[in-house]
Amino acid sequence: MSKKRTYSAVSNRYFAAGKSVLLRAVQTARLMVGVGDYQQYLEHMQSHHPDETAMSDIEYFRYCQDSRYPGKDGSLKRCPC
Amino acid sequence: MKQAIIWILIAALGAFAFATLALSQGESVNALWLIVAAVSTYAIAYRFYSKFIAERVMELNDRRLTPAERHNDGLDYVPTHKWVLFGHHFAAIAGAGPLVGPVLAAQMGYLPGTLWILVGVVLAGAVQDAMILFASTRRDGRSLGEMMRIEMGNTAGMIGMLGILAIVIILLAVLGMVVVKALVGSPWGVFTLLATVPIAVLMGVYTRWWRPGKIGEVSVIGFILLMLSLYYGSVIAQHQDWGQWLSLKAETLAIGLIVYGFIAAVLPVWLLLAPRDYLSTFLKIGTILALAIGIVLVAPPLKMLAITRFIDGAGPVFAGSLFPFLFITIACGSVSGFHALVASGTTPKMLEMESHIRTIGYGAMLMESFVAVMALIAACVLEPGIYFALNSPAAVIGKTVEEAAQVINAWGFLVTPEMLTQIAKDVGETSILSRTGGAPTFAVGMAKILADMSSSSMMAFWYHFAILFEALFILTTIDAGTRVCRFLIQDLLGTAVPALANTRSWVANVLATALAVGAWGWFLYQGVTDIFGGINSLWALFGIANQMLAGMALMLVVVILVRMKKTRFVWVAAIPAVWILSITMTAGWQKIFSGDVKIGFLAHAQKFSDALQREEVLAPAKNLQQMQRVVFNDYVDAVMAGIFIVVVISIFFFALRAIVQALRHPAVTVNESLVVWRPDHAWREEALWHE
Repeated sequence: MSKKRTYSAVSNRYFAAGKSVLLRAVQTARLMVGVGDYQQYLEHMQSHHPDETAMSDIEYFRYCQDSRYPGKDGSLKRCPC
Repeated sequence: MKQAIIWILIAALGAFAFATLALSQGESVNALWLIVAAVSTYAIAYRFYSKFIAERVMELNDRRLTPAERHNDGLDYVPTHKWVLFGHHFAAIAGAGPLVGPVLAAQMGYLPGTLWILVGVVLAGAVQDAMILFASTRRDGRSLGEMMRIEMGNTAGMIGMLGILAIVIILLAVLGMVVVKALVGSPWGVFTLLATVPIAVLMGVYTRWWRPGKIGEVSVIGFILLMLSLYYGSVIAQHQDWGQWLSLKAETLAIGLIVYGFIAAVLPVWLLLAPRDYLSTFLKIGTILALAIGIVLVAPPLKMLAITRFIDGAGPVFAGSLFPFLFITIACGSVSGFHALVASGTTPKMLEMESHIRTIGYGAMLMESFVAVMALIAACVLEPGIYFALNSPAAVIGKTVEEAAQVINAWGFLVTPEMLTQIAKDVGETSILSRTGGAPTFAVGMAKILADMSSSSMMAFWYHFAILFEALFILTTIDAGTRVCRFLIQDLLGTAVPALANTRSWVANVLATALAVGAWGWFLYQGVTDIFGGINSLWALFGIANQMLAGMALMLVVVILVRMKKTRFVWVAAIPAVWILSITMTAGWQKIFSGDVKIGFLAHAQKFSDALQREEVLAPAKNLQQMQRVVFNDYVDAVMAGIFIVVVISIFFFALRAIVQALRHPAVTVNESLVVWRPDHAWREEALWHE
């Protein structure tokens, strides 16, 4: 019985590790095209600006999309060559 | 002790790989030796040199809060996990450049290119990326232009901005030409590239209205559609009418690209630019991985010589001798000035800890360099005869396989007309002659490696996959680059007519976009109709421009180090800066004033205008009008090269002035943002957390 419990604890740990690796991979892929982590933004808004209304996930996505491509300052967000 | 032994072994392995590469003249060397040499160089450089730079030169301090922490707004300034940011930064610096330069440089053999890629990245490219990232992090994530203004004065900043505008224009023209050269007379390629437009629009609508923010699923859908269009492209190419209709001339393609560039740059970003960006970014990462796996599994032999006779400057791919032209031909992958713009863009605003600069700034550039090494391998696994058939202009090797084989055989590279016909058939094209610009060569090499791994019948598919990947990527760049130029032009026009600076005004927008497209379109059309192939003049100008930007960035780093009173470490940036300045100045000077008509723009213009006065038509021009155009283009190219030289020299003097001022001043004069220390207890918690 106890053996089984240890086994499941170990597998849970691997499962959690695998899940966090997957999460990081998804975050990386999204940030590669300029879209940040919405959850992190929400947490920031809740802890630092609880009185302000945070953007919805769609608004946040559009904000990221607009700011990735050359804006007013003519800045270059990625190497063209 | 155990560590020391491991590092000595790595060093010995690397040295052995280099010796194998350099000494085995005659018999072919396996490409894996090149990989071993590169990886051991990177490992040693990262372990020792980047550590030295991080700890002694920059003195990175994790107790000092980064801009992401001080200005954390959850949007632009966000502390980001080290490896997530590494991925972001790598995706931002890796472009089409490292796939083109090394391919062109292969005409001198694989050894000179390899050495410059490895030495350049370790001592110059990665140093520049890391130090600019560092400088920007210490200045609230300011851009390169702003930092130049702050550290070297307003005028220097203004000149820097003008330089950047000129570089982007040349870059867009040269990238456009790479696409045009790859698609001439290729209905398969043209069809798949055309198909990307409706696919991207569909994806744009999907992410805007249907399922906003679902990047993963929309990218999978887009990828499947892209593969379908790639598959049906070959069917359509063989169709009687469609095949003929899509088999376009270079001029038509150039005009199409210019019109497309204008339309794409005035459309909202979510409709076309963003979705295609997803496709090209993920396709790029996937292709790089596939190629790396392919090279390791197939372990192809390098057919190219270590050093060819063309180091004397008589090569057909680009004119000019090894020094300085090899060093401007391979820019990206070794040292790329554009990275200074990226490293002072979004990355410094997301850095969690100062110590991450070592991995993200230095490490990501090593990875980009590895991409360049793979591109060099892709070019060098081809038979040299085929390589030269692909990369020599028609003015040199003629228009038939018989003529081409004869000319190339005379250079000492064995190739038969049958081989040239067969390889064209293998990749599903009618001809591979004079497909200059690097992309087709890379595509053939990659197709060869991946076909060896999968099945030989897949070669045509892989070739068109590689062409599609490069063309897709370049179109995204043309779109984004045109927007950058538009804003820079609006800024400049705004100083004369303030109304034109309004980025929301539709008239100003269209006017500035037209000017931007007109500028690069002019160079593109000139390059495409250039009877000598265009790459010879445009890639050199681009290389000079890109390295010039790197020179400016490195000079800024020197100024910053002196202002920080770290004079004894100045050599870290000063040696690469001096080297980059000497190659750009020599190359720029030779491109303008060399007496050799193959290199010097003025000598070439002189030759043609002399002939014009005698009313004589010089081959391969066909009439006096073409002759006049050649002369005019030469003068414009010479002026462009002149502008780059003037920009470098003036920045050099501004840097010198700033250095002298800083040396005279007894105290540290650097303009960093205020230091905010991480509170002690938080620091401990953080340390525990990271353990």
